[in-house]
Amino acid sequence: MRKASMVLPAVLAALALGGCAGAEPWVKPYERELLADPVMDWDRDPVSSSYLRHVYESREGARGAAGGAGGGCGCN
Amino acid sequence: MRKGLAGVLASLCFTAAATAGVLDDDRADILYHRYDGGGVTIDGPSLLVRKKFAEQYAATASYYIDMVSSASIDVITTASPYAEERKEYGLGFEYLRDKVTYRLGYSNSRENDYDADTAYASISQDMFGDLTTLTLSFARGWDQVFRRGDDTFSDQVDRRVYGVDLSQILTRRLIAGLSFETVTEEGFLNNPYRSVRYLDPESAVGYSYQAEIYPGTRTGSALALRGRYNLAERMAVHGEYRYYTDDWDIRAHTAEVGYTYGLGDNWILDVHYRYHTQDGADFYSDLFPRRDFQNFLARDKELATMTSQTFGFGVSYGFTAPWLSFLQKSSVNLRYDLILFDYDDFRDVRSGGYEPGTEPLYQFDANVLQLFVSGWF
Repeated sequence: MRKASMVLPAVLAALALGGCAGAEPWVKPYERELLADPVMDWDRDPVSSSYLRHVYESREGARGAAGGAGGGCGCN
Repeated sequence: MRKGLAGVLASLCFTAAATAGVLDDDRADILYHRYDGGGVTIDGPSLLVRKKFAEQYAATASYYIDMVSSASIDVITTASPYAEERKEYGLGFEYLRDKVTYRLGYSNSRENDYDADTAYASISQDMFGDLTTLTLSFARGWDQVFRRGDDTFSDQVDRRVYGVDLSQILTRRLIAGLSFETVTEEGFLNNPYRSVRYLDPESAVGYSYQAEIYPGTRTGSALALRGRYNLAERMAVHGEYRYYTDDWDIRAHTAEVGYTYGLGDNWILDVHYRYHTQDGADFYSDLFPRRDFQNFLARDKELATMTSQTFGFGVSYGFTAPWLSFLQKSSVNLRYDLILFDYDDFRDVRSGGYEPGTEPLYQFDANVLQLFVSGWF
């Protein structure tokens, strides 16, 4: 994991620098109609996913990298 | 406990979930939540409002209440049932400049035995013709820990969270995400009410209890990969895998799959299944051989070797109504999740007639209900 924590930022930095070069998008803006549908949202309702994620974080030993959420306890 | 961590992660998650380049629409949500399982009932309201200003700025405000009534197995075996209330509020600000979104925020969680303050910042950049969004985030948390019935006890937790989130459009139908997050904590990480049990020949039941002792630091990292694929118009599937590891020797794998279906113009249906499995912390034991057996001692079931499975569904109905003319659209939503928790080395000591360490393994089911309305304005 320590190795991953060093490699990942380097890869992402390289991607970020690449972005400055103005790469040609292979999916054009007018081709993103299906991606814009609400059924494709990562997190359609943040107030809800936030709550459910905290239900897990209070009762499991793992946490983080959830990509979206929080709130509530009752761990005793 | 762990409310502070939840606040930190929640703050980061709100930032990572957003998309750079365009700020999210103005929106308000009012939610009622209810958790019922393992002798614990928690319910209350939650409110989330966001508003844009001049398309470049946005503010977010949130308010959340937990009303807890607990007679869990931990409480029944070593303490007394209790009721308490937790309130949390948060404020966030966003600034969009070309392809970059800057976010700052603060949240506070308060209850009778725990205060948590959290500040966070993040930066998101769209690139590759808006196919890629990269978010870097940092949060800092300061918690104060107290103990009911003991005015002399007070301790602190200091927390830092570092996150990287990458969202990538791969094809006209497929979007993928990669998240990495490291959490470091230092301070009083115990639950001040929990105890460990150890073999005690002088006790009538064969065992006794002593207070838990945790290490003063913890560092954990999680790496998650997720994808969402559009099968057909208004129909999508999603999948996610997360690996977690920390220096308490907890290793966890979490996977989730789901299906989302739009029925007509108004309805959206969701079903999902989640599986989680973890190895316990290296200082965890259900039953220690004797008192003060080792430096660190835990019998907190969240640190045990365990699995959980979730079966969930949701239904949303979107509508516009003349009597809600100030809203562009609204929705009414119902979500239900059944979570099954199974522990491999946490035993149900409420069962009588067993030799210590041979009691049945503990398991319980939880029902999680969410009912909320949303309005876009």
